[in-house]
Amino acid sequence: MMQPGLYHILFISTALFFMGVYGFFTRRNLVTMLMSLELVLNSVNLNFIAFNKYVWPGKMDGLFFALFIIAIAAAEAAVAIAIIINLYRNHKSIDVNDAEDLKY
Amino acid sequence: MNLLSLILLPLLTAVTVLLCRGGQVKWVAFAGAVLQLALAVALMVAYSHQRAAGNIAQMLFQQQYLLFRGVNIGLHVGVDGISVAMVLLTSLVSLAGVLVSWKIEKMTKEFYFLLTLLALGAYGFFISLNLFVLFFFLEISVIPKYLLIGIWGTGRKEYSANKLALMLMGGSALILVGMLGLYFTAGHSFDILSIANMPIPANTQHLIFPFLFVGFGVFTAMFPLHTWVPDGHSSAPTAGSMFLAGISMKLGGYGCLRVAVYLLPEGAKQYANIIIVLSAIAILYGAFATMMQKDLKYMNAYSSVSHVGFSLLGIGMLTQTAVTGALLQMVSHGLMTALFFAVIGMLYDRTHTRMVGEMGGLLKVLPFISTVLFIVGFCSLGLPGLSGFVAEMTVFVGAWQTDDIFHRAATIAAAASIVVTAVYILRAVAQTTMGPVKNEQFLHLKDAAWYERLAAMLLVAAIVGIGMAPGWLADLLRPAAEIITNRIAGK
Amino acid sequence: MPNVTIIALIVLLPLAAFLLLGLFGKSLFNKGGGIVATMMMLVSAVLALYTAYQYFFVYGSTGGVYHQCIPWQITWLQFYNGLSINIGFLVDPISVIMLVVVTFISLMVHIYSLGYMKGEGRLPVYFAFLGLFTFSMLGLVLASNIFQTYIFWELVGVSSFLLIGFYYNRPSAVAACKKAFIVTRFADLGFLIGILIFSFCANTLDFSTLIQRLTATGSNEVKTAATYSFMGISALSWGAVLVFIGGAGKSAMFPLHIWLPDAMEGPTPVSALIHAATMVVAGVYLVARLFPVFAIATPGVLQIVGWVGAVSAIIAAVIACTQTDIKRVLAYSTMSQIGFMMFALGVSNYGGEQGLGYTAAMFHLFTHAMFKALLFLGAGSVIHYVHNNDMAAMGGLRKQLPITHITFLIACLAIAGIPPFAGFFSKEEILLAAYQHNTAIYYIALVTSGLTAFYMFRLYFSIFWGKPYENHSAHRHGEGGFVMVLPLVLLAVGAAAAGFIPFGHFVTSDGSRLESSVHVQFSLLPVGLALAGIFIATWMYKTDSDRPARVAASIGGLYKAAYHKFYIDEVYVFITKKILFNGIGKLAAWFDRSIVDGLVNLTGTCTVAISRGIKKMQSGKVQGYALYFLAGVIVLATLFIYVWK
Repeated sequence: MMQPGLYHILFISTALFFMGVYGFFTRRNLVTMLMSLELVLNSVNLNFIAFNKYVWPGKMDGLFFALFIIAIAAAEAAVAIAIIINLYRNHKSIDVNDAEDLKY
Repeated sequence: MNLLSLILLPLLTAVTVLLCRGGQVKWVAFAGAVLQLALAVALMVAYSHQRAAGNIAQMLFQQQYLLFRGVNIGLHVGVDGISVAMVLLTSLVSLAGVLVSWKIEKMTKEFYFLLTLLALGAYGFFISLNLFVLFFFLEISVIPKYLLIGIWGTGRKEYSANKLALMLMGGSALILVGMLGLYFTAGHSFDILSIANMPIPANTQHLIFPFLFVGFGVFTAMFPLHTWVPDGHSSAPTAGSMFLAGISMKLGGYGCLRVAVYLLPEGAKQYANIIIVLSAIAILYGAFATMMQKDLKYMNAYSSVSHVGFSLLGIGMLTQTAVTGALLQMVSHGLMTALFFAVIGMLYDRTHTRMVGEMGGLLKVLPFISTVLFIVGFCSLGLPGLSGFVAEMTVFVGAWQTDDIFHRAATIAAAASIVVTAVYILRAVAQTTMGPVKNEQFLHLKDAAWYERLAAMLLVAAIVGIGMAPGWLADLLRPAAEIITNRIAGK
Repeated sequence: MPNVTIIALIVLLPLAAFLLLGLFGKSLFNKGGGIVATMMMLVSAVLALYTAYQYFFVYGSTGGVYHQCIPWQITWLQFYNGLSINIGFLVDPISVIMLVVVTFISLMVHIYSLGYMKGEGRLPVYFAFLGLFTFSMLGLVLASNIFQTYIFWELVGVSSFLLIGFYYNRPSAVAACKKAFIVTRFADLGFLIGILIFSFCANTLDFSTLIQRLTATGSNEVKTAATYSFMGISALSWGAVLVFIGGAGKSAMFPLHIWLPDAMEGPTPVSALIHAATMVVAGVYLVARLFPVFAIATPGVLQIVGWVGAVSAIIAAVIACTQTDIKRVLAYSTMSQIGFMMFALGVSNYGGEQGLGYTAAMFHLFTHAMFKALLFLGAGSVIHYVHNNDMAAMGGLRKQLPITHITFLIACLAIAGIPPFAGFFSKEEILLAAYQHNTAIYYIALVTSGLTAFYMFRLYFSIFWGKPYENHSAHRHGEGGFVMVLPLVLLAVGAAAAGFIPFGHFVTSDGSRLESSVHVQFSLLPVGLALAGIFIATWMYKTDSDRPARVAASIGGLYKAAYHKFYIDEVYVFITKKILFNGIGKLAAWFDRSIVDGLVNLTGTCTVAISRGIKKMQSGKVQGYALYFLAGVIVLATLFIYVWK
């Protein structure tokens, strides 16, 4: 059985990244957009872990970074969801197109 | 004579105006204006005294403080004859302006504060010898104008205020570019006297000159950048118009001469013909455009364009006599047009119209105001004995000295405007003051009150004084003009 | 030497009257203002007479030649080293004569006005303006510097404006005063440019130096001036022509005369002073003042002066025959007589016997001032009585106004050139000068003097003879009392006797004495023509008949054209209204608002339009912003990877 190499993982993380980006641009629902954003972040996490394992096997920097990002993502999700809830209270909707008060 | 007092006194007045309340405001402003006039007169006396005592320094009463060592910006003040005359003009007009605004009711405190600030800017501008500080004071005098028109104006005041501020700011931008150009070519200095001693290559001068001249030209309503004048004046409150035409437009003329022509003689020579053409056009075209105006303020605004053309023509002629004439015209026009706007304001306060066609026969009901209108009209059309004549004739004689067809034709074209001026002035004056009384309600109008009389008589006295005995003013201005023209002639 | 204080007093007393009455008239002199002004004028006139006596008989001449002296002069405005406007007094024969004329006529008019203007409002203002005018006129006369002349020239113009517009609530008066000012202003433009040319050529503005430099053959100035020319005409000639245009405007010469008839809207004494006796002859005086320049440096221009004068004389005489407003008849007659003075100068040469025209012109100026002022004041008395200017409303007034009648008749005889009245002597000299130098002008002048006699007696008969005037109004004041009669009588004495002054002894082109004698056989023709004119007028107008109408009908077109003043006014109206106002003026105003200001507004509009276009990018859509961000990242990535490796 073939061991999964760096390229496989990079492929998956790239796919994940663009899925996230695609979702972020196409979805109108803010929660879905937040989830897409999580995908992007996690694809970055994958990259960090993969590079750490294959390129700098003896070091832990990549893992720490991944942990760091997970923590930040959690905080970000909390803030984002708070914003979304507030938005819902004001607009009775979490459609991103309704939240365009800051134009012009 | 400490020149800084000319800046500090208005500053003090402005602050005091802000601090006091109600009925005191105008008295404080009045007292400040009187003191400024006294200071200006004292300056003139001290200056003449120094000159009579044989002091031949170009600038007297100089003081210099370095403000910002890094880029060599300093406060440098000093006066020559031109500055003294302009300071005197400013103080006269601002006193008259304070007086005619006596009955203003809306936001009195702010109004007088801004007026004083405007005067402050003008004083600072006229005595500065450092380009940066000069520019600073120029800008100080722009913003109050915007507010004066925008808040206390009439008609399309927001439009006019915007237009005026934007066009003047555009001019400022050009001046700034030219100033920086000078700064970098003349040894990293903003100081006028030290720049004057620097050899600036001719082609650099040709490059920088248009920026400075056109920039200041916007301020002095040079054709075709004059269109803020009619709108600005017509919307401005009376005192605003007086300051605008009497002082602000002189900032431009002074700047054209002191900064552009004096510092860049080669540039002046290069573009002199264009200046002459533009000003000759402005003189005639302004006069013809005036002829068709029905609103007194528009009329005076356009006639200002025409009259200021004489100053620019004089500057463009580059001879000592013509430049002296240009300066005389600046002083004369400042006084005359301020008085004209004051009279228009007085008429408007009473008749509630500025349309020439709606007035008539006012000589019967408003003899004082009508008489002043006659005097100022005659001054405008260049009647001997009043200041306009002296200035125009000096420009003509100076312009005639250059003996080629081009200069001659420009002079004749400019001279031809005296006929057109007579047409529009007489039309306006006669229609408003003579003939039968058009409106029954006019019969109950009251003639000028004491403050209006005082303002009018102050300016009339100055106009008549210059017109009857022009010698002292011409002698004040001529040596300074000579320094400028000698530089052009390469002496 | 002349006494400076006395001359200064002559000039300054009227100014003092102006200031006193102008500033304090209402409060202090509402009643007595006229008296005060008249007293001051009286002193001024006496001093002027004294000065004239002193000049002509005490100090003026050395060895029989009258010379110029400048007792006082200051620099008023320095232009540059060597060129300045000086204000001073120039005393020479013509200025002294003018001093006498101006102060004397002004005094007469002051006295007359005391009666004529009684009961008018604004009386102090009226006398103040009279004072201003007299002051300006005296300043003009005494000017020692051509720019000083110009200064006072403008001042007389403005005082004329103020006095014509004295009845300011009458629209016709307002129109007339504007017209007078603007037309003369137009001419003054020529004068101004002429001054500039002279000042450039001679490098001075002082009369004496200027004349000396421009007339000395071979002087530097003449040589320099000769190198300048424009359109094939030398600079000096241009200068002289332009200065003459100024003079022609003030003196109402064709075609700049259109303001004079309208100027009759002013009070009649004003017309007598300004528009008959003094201001309108300023043009003649100006040419006389610069006469050596005209005669020696630019003889061609002097020809023009002569022809303009002759043409004006005859045109005005023809028009005068058809007008019905008595003041307008007198106005055209003034224009015609000034034409005589002009062409007398035009046909003159400088110096000696050849300078007869010069002497004659000044002589005629002097006598004309007497009889024309008398005519106007007489007309004033008539108008005062009838309250109407129209001839048709008058008739048979000789019984009601006996003194006016006699004095008016004397003036008519004088202007018609009947010996021994004043006009005969001066006119005869003019004709003689014309006969000697320019035959064509001489014939024109002959015809004109015949016409003069005709229209003057047409006027005389229409007023004082014919159908008697019916006295409708109960309120009558006769001839207006002593103050109105006295000037008439004094002027009548002048008009009758002034001709006997041996003018050639005092005023000649070069200052030396000129003997003049009456040549009987030469005088026969003009006097005969004048008598013929009078005879025709008697036939037509002495009794009320249809003869005038028949004559008018028989010459049809000419009569109509003359009645409409040869349509010159219409031409002017066309030029000013249609071309200047509606053409250039409207165009300039439109151009400024639409094009120049349009461009400014266009700049504003463009800025707004651009920002309106750009602001769409700020859509408020988060995903849109993210997309820009992504696009930016991709572009930057591409750049970093492939371009800026």
